[in-house]
Amino acid sequence: MLEALQMPFFLHALIAGVLIAVAIGLIGPLTMANRMTFMSGGIAHATYGGVGAAIFFGFSVLVGAAAAAIVAAAIISFIAYRHAHRADTAIGIVWAVGMAAGVIFSDLTPGYNVDLMSFLFGSILAVSVTDLWIMAAFDLIALAVVWFYYYDFTALSFDPVFAKLQGVKTQLLHFLLLGLVAMTVVLSMRLVGLIMVIALLTMPSFSSERFSNSLGRMMLLSMALSTIYIVAGLFLAYMYDLSSGASVIIVAAFGTIALFLIESMKIKGFSR
Amino acid sequence: MIEYAVELEGVSFSYDGETVLNDISMRVEKGDFLAIIGPNGGGKSTLLKIMMGILKPEKGEVRLFGKEPGRNGPSIGYVPQETGRNLDFPITVMDVVLMGVLHKRNIFRRYNAALRAKAQEALKRVKMESLSGRKISELSGGERQRVLIARALCGDPDILMLDEPTASIDFSGQWEIFELLEELNRKMTVIVVSHDMSMVMGFAKHAAYVNRSVVMHTIDAHTRYQIKRQLGGHEGHYCGAEFWHDMGKKIECNEECRHA
Repeated sequence: MLEALQMPFFLHALIAGVLIAVAIGLIGPLTMANRMTFMSGGIAHATYGGVGAAIFFGFSVLVGAAAAAIVAAAIISFIAYRHAHRADTAIGIVWAVGMAAGVIFSDLTPGYNVDLMSFLFGSILAVSVTDLWIMAAFDLIALAVVWFYYYDFTALSFDPVFAKLQGVKTQLLHFLLLGLVAMTVVLSMRLVGLIMVIALLTMPSFSSERFSNSLGRMMLLSMALSTIYIVAGLFLAYMYDLSSGASVIIVAAFGTIALFLIESMKIKGFSR
Repeated sequence: MIEYAVELEGVSFSYDGETVLNDISMRVEKGDFLAIIGPNGGGKSTLLKIMMGILKPEKGEVRLFGKEPGRNGPSIGYVPQETGRNLDFPITVMDVVLMGVLHKRNIFRRYNAALRAKAQEALKRVKMESLSGRKISELSGGERQRVLIARALCGDPDILMLDEPTASIDFSGQWEIFELLEELNRKMTVIVVSHDMSMVMGFAKHAAYVNRSVVMHTIDAHTRYQIKRQLGGHEGHYCGAEFWHDMGKKIECNEECRHA
């Protein structure tokens, strides 16, 4: 197993995994507390449109994906705020249309590009050194934003109406948060895949919420859990030659269920 | 001259074309304890939100202490309706109360020691200071409501506005909340949306019945005293029928009552 560490591509994948875990740990708890999982799903699928467009027109996939993700985040944030009662319909439309655009673009691209699958489900072969630097830079930005707006995000998550009354710019924070989700999705697409990242935003947060009494602690715990799941998933993918994203998600699912059972037994133990 | 905390003139409001409030004019004096009552969907919460400036009326004028409600007006202590929406969110009692002074943080958007002391003081006023480190989800419904009141008090409000603060609390918990509001009313105006007629009749000075329009009622000190005594004799459940039945009984007016 350890000979895997001698391979540069696997080492890159591992470093990328830890860097992604930092972003996921920061953003996941906020996504969950603000009920943005479906919105994140919409953004992730719409991002596929950007990937398809980038491959068709021949520009950088990262740029195409990032542009599509930010546009999707802006549309969803706007509709969720202005027309809250129809938000899920709008998200569904953004979700499907983005995905459809990606499929059409890849159909039109001469010579079927196998690489497209790796954007959906992740591949440990896909991470370059440049990707690592971009991920590290994004982690720093996300850390700075979350640190600066920490109490604003706490207030937004716990009681948005009261937060607004206190002068917190809730609409701006809402968009900022979806923008961070969008970038997290884009940067994790090589390793975990566009679709799988959604599960990774929710599972560690779900477990850590029960063991935390503050948002900060929930974030730290989520980071730790994400790191464990991603690293274990990558080793699994390497050993059995599986898609990295799917392996990570399966490991995370087992971990989440185990933690849930442990927690339930603990509560039972108290009441006895 | 009488000073008014809230003045509404010809206020109308509708959701998606359906009129919720129709041409409402009313005044709430400074120092009043007003209960807003009425059927579900009659516009109680909407009226409260218009008074606060969270919702803008389609027609008419709103004044809060003589000014338009908004950021630079007098400070409002708002206690929202508890929906249990984010009950699992990991946050301590202290951090919830500190939300009341969100707008007073320093340039790094952090709370300083003075603000923390203030939050602790607010917790003391609602007798919850010993639970400041607890997670909010570990508290009972009544305790949580006290924390939300402390959060409102933390911002030194001129007026306290509560939206159904006792909706999911047992009888003794409701009684305690209304006793607390009565005490707070000595220093500030209190407006509370409530379903609970017996509590309203026992504690509020005025009741506004809202069902698209508004009818104001005065509850005099004598009535309040009598009803409170009836309620005081009941532990636990006290249903509407019992309440109105007891209303018929005459309670002798003693010395204490005359000075109520």
